[in-house]
Amino acid sequence: MKHLRQLENQSIFILREAYKNFDNLGMLWSMGKDSTVLLWLARKAFFGHVPFPLLHVDTSYKIPAMIEYRDRLAREWRLNLVVGQNKEALANGMNHTRGRVECCTALKTEGLKLLLEEKGYTGIILGVRSDEDSTRAKERYFSPRDKNNEWDFRDQPPELWDQYKISFPPGTHIRIHPLLDWTEINIWEYIKLENIPFLDSLYLDQGTGQRYRSLGCEPCTFPMKSTAKNVDDVIIELKNSKVAERAGRAQDEGRGMEQLRKEGYM
Amino acid sequence: MTGTTSASHDMPNDNPIKETMNIVIVGHVDHGKSTLLGRLYADTGTLPVGKIEKIQAICQQQGKEFEYAFLFDAFLEEQQQGITIDTARTFFSWGNRQYIIIDAPGHKEFLKNMVSGAARAEAALLLIDALEGVKDQSKRHGLLLSMLGVKQVTVVVNKMDLVGYREDVFRGIEKEYTEFLAQLNVIPQYVIPASAKQGINITTNATETPWYTGPTVLDSLSHFSLDAADTEQPLRLPLQDVYKFDARRILVGRITAGQLKVGDRLVFAPSNKSAVIQTIEAFNVDPAPMQARAGESVGITLDEQIFVERGQIAAHEHQGPFVSTSFRANVFWLGQRPLERNRTYSLRLATREVPCEVSTIHRIVNANDLDDRQTSTSVQRNEVADLTFRTKAPLAFDTYTTSEDTGRFVLVDEYDVSGGGIITEMIRDEQEGLRTEARERDSAWVKGEIGPEERAQHYGHRAAVVLFTGPDTTAKAFLARKLESVLVAEGRHAYLLDAENLRRGLDADIGETNATEAVRRYGEVAKLLTDTGLLVLSTTNPFSLPGGTIAQAIQTLINPTPVITIYMSKEQESLLPDATLTFVGPEDFDARTRQIIETLKQIGILAESVGAQPDFQFSI
Repeated sequence: MKHLRQLENQSIFILREAYKNFDNLGMLWSMGKDSTVLLWLARKAFFGHVPFPLLHVDTSYKIPAMIEYRDRLAREWRLNLVVGQNKEALANGMNHTRGRVECCTALKTEGLKLLLEEKGYTGIILGVRSDEDSTRAKERYFSPRDKNNEWDFRDQPPELWDQYKISFPPGTHIRIHPLLDWTEINIWEYIKLENIPFLDSLYLDQGTGQRYRSLGCEPCTFPMKSTAKNVDDVIIELKNSKVAERAGRAQDEGRGMEQLRKEGYM
Repeated sequence: MTGTTSASHDMPNDNPIKETMNIVIVGHVDHGKSTLLGRLYADTGTLPVGKIEKIQAICQQQGKEFEYAFLFDAFLEEQQQGITIDTARTFFSWGNRQYIIIDAPGHKEFLKNMVSGAARAEAALLLIDALEGVKDQSKRHGLLLSMLGVKQVTVVVNKMDLVGYREDVFRGIEKEYTEFLAQLNVIPQYVIPASAKQGINITTNATETPWYTGPTVLDSLSHFSLDAADTEQPLRLPLQDVYKFDARRILVGRITAGQLKVGDRLVFAPSNKSAVIQTIEAFNVDPAPMQARAGESVGITLDEQIFVERGQIAAHEHQGPFVSTSFRANVFWLGQRPLERNRTYSLRLATREVPCEVSTIHRIVNANDLDDRQTSTSVQRNEVADLTFRTKAPLAFDTYTTSEDTGRFVLVDEYDVSGGGIITEMIRDEQEGLRTEARERDSAWVKGEIGPEERAQHYGHRAAVVLFTGPDTTAKAFLARKLESVLVAEGRHAYLLDAENLRRGLDADIGETNATEAVRRYGEVAKLLTDTGLLVLSTTNPFSLPGGTIAQAIQTLINPTPVITIYMSKEQESLLPDATLTFVGPEDFDARTRQIIETLKQIGILAESVGAQPDFQFSI
């Protein structure tokens, strides 16, 4: 438990640095376990308040239970929810059959870019973790994106002693990653410790012998075989599993993630 | 490879995790860091299914031999060039610890990435190539680790297979490098002969090195201890922010050393403001905590509504940090442009940010020969130097050896963090005497029932000194008088206190020549008047000292009440001094007066109109 408090204290420090140093700040919320833990940490950092908008880039292909859950928590926790969507791409019929990376780029990367342009956010808080995939393992807590939202992994700024990148040229923005040091198991342990409401209808086995390990768009996200019916079962299952967390996320295959992230994917 | 199976192999991986530890792997390029890391995961069976197969497939595609290093070199470019470009973090659970292992690149040009990785670490594995021996870069890494505060180091002499596992080669490297580290006060916990490629002494002891009886690399990790001593040190709580989301006014920050509890009296440096902790606030914690310690991100409320802001450091009485505008430090520079004297950089120490300049470059530290006294006029990228700094405003700090987190800082050049430093010595500046006087006077100050906040609410303004400076015959006194009239006509409490009025009275016992004492007395009178909530206006005319010196002395004495400086000059000067407002050329005094009043509103001294409740973000 001590290790969870260590992680919690670090994340809260980062959230407070972000709030202090960015005038136009938003937090991405995908309703998945990670960004929901992040939202909970924000409530801890700001004593029950969330003093910035929560942004959801809606591809329109999300699992319906996710949207219900989003709207319920937004109401109960009095959240300022901002939903963005690449309407033009959707009007032109974009879907995963045109290519998964193409679809992710249009609906998520471009969708996010449109939202950033419209609202002029200079700081975006995201729930990405180092252990999700190997490009995220090379992220900074405060990671700059250029005018085209691109990530230059070759020339990242130094980051030391809790002194983060908080000044940047106009037109660029900073991605803030308070959960970088958390593992998938830490997330579940913390959900249990703090009793955080999560999407149990998707993340737990409802008697069908399967559950989702990672949530995304309905056509590209696949449940795994599992009989985990509560958070304890999930933690035991993960400790004995050697399958990658995002194995059920189709866009990660091959070099998909490196390309996507370089161009501004979450 | 045979030999005894290390004890840790029997440890199941589902032990309850109790703590997290960050370990960095550093070493010269090609000395085998990524290979060691890959081997560690593969031989403990902690890689995800299919990871090795995936990398093998990529290697086959590119017609290359499989290497363990590829497991963690994520980017196509890294795999193609066979080098690590940026620091990668991977997770590794063993025993009841969760390790975050940081693979830091060893190229000189990637030093900033190595520093970013190592600055997060509690311990380090330092790799040396048995065939190449101790390189300059290995020494530089040792020097940087000691500066970054990584005190626990285990040295791995890798590629022992290339020297036929010869003990004499190993002992030679062990001796040379241990002696070098000793000069930096670093004593390695172990020096391990190993071959990451062949899996020798990584997770199992090998027969190839019968002369070695120490632990394997895997076992050595469990010998690193987590630093828990911080709670015994004097309290340091650098303020991060002040929140007023609801009825509570909550001061937040992360405790960097020591501990605090409800009822403790805190003193904030450098403002000397003081109050008692009323509550420790927390969300979803019942009952509310009564104490907190180093490492915790806390929120507290105080019994009095004192004005404190981000950057100040809270401590217990009589155990506060140093306050000065000068200190000496060891700095490593990572900037594109060299670090130079007479250029302004932004210094960030804990949560404080203040402009600074390098006043002296004592020497450039040569990693190869630590005693070398090489002097220079600038510090180049990747160099380490011994420097004296001068900050534009008083800074609260510790030396690095007394309190780590408040004894180190980074330098920002334009938009980028470009260097880091550890403070070795506090240097007394010329304000030290006045600062001590103010601190002692403030801590013994007897307060009435009415605080500055109540006065500000009633008067429609905060207290301040408005000081007109600049050359003679620029009509400073005329403008000061005009400002006083307009302010009073608006209903503000303003008073023109000309220092001339002190000369025959309060200052009658000191001669005309004792200008320093005259300024001190003026400052103490201003302190009394501002404590009544007054706006005090004056010119620097009667003092025979430079305007900047006078403003600084008054500021030190009335701190944290602000001194607003108005600099007036007849013509454009090439180098204008720091001032809140600068007026050049012929004056339109009505316009200037309005401009000063607007500025006072902007910076939150004056409320918009008298009678309206002033809209201050926080209390005064």
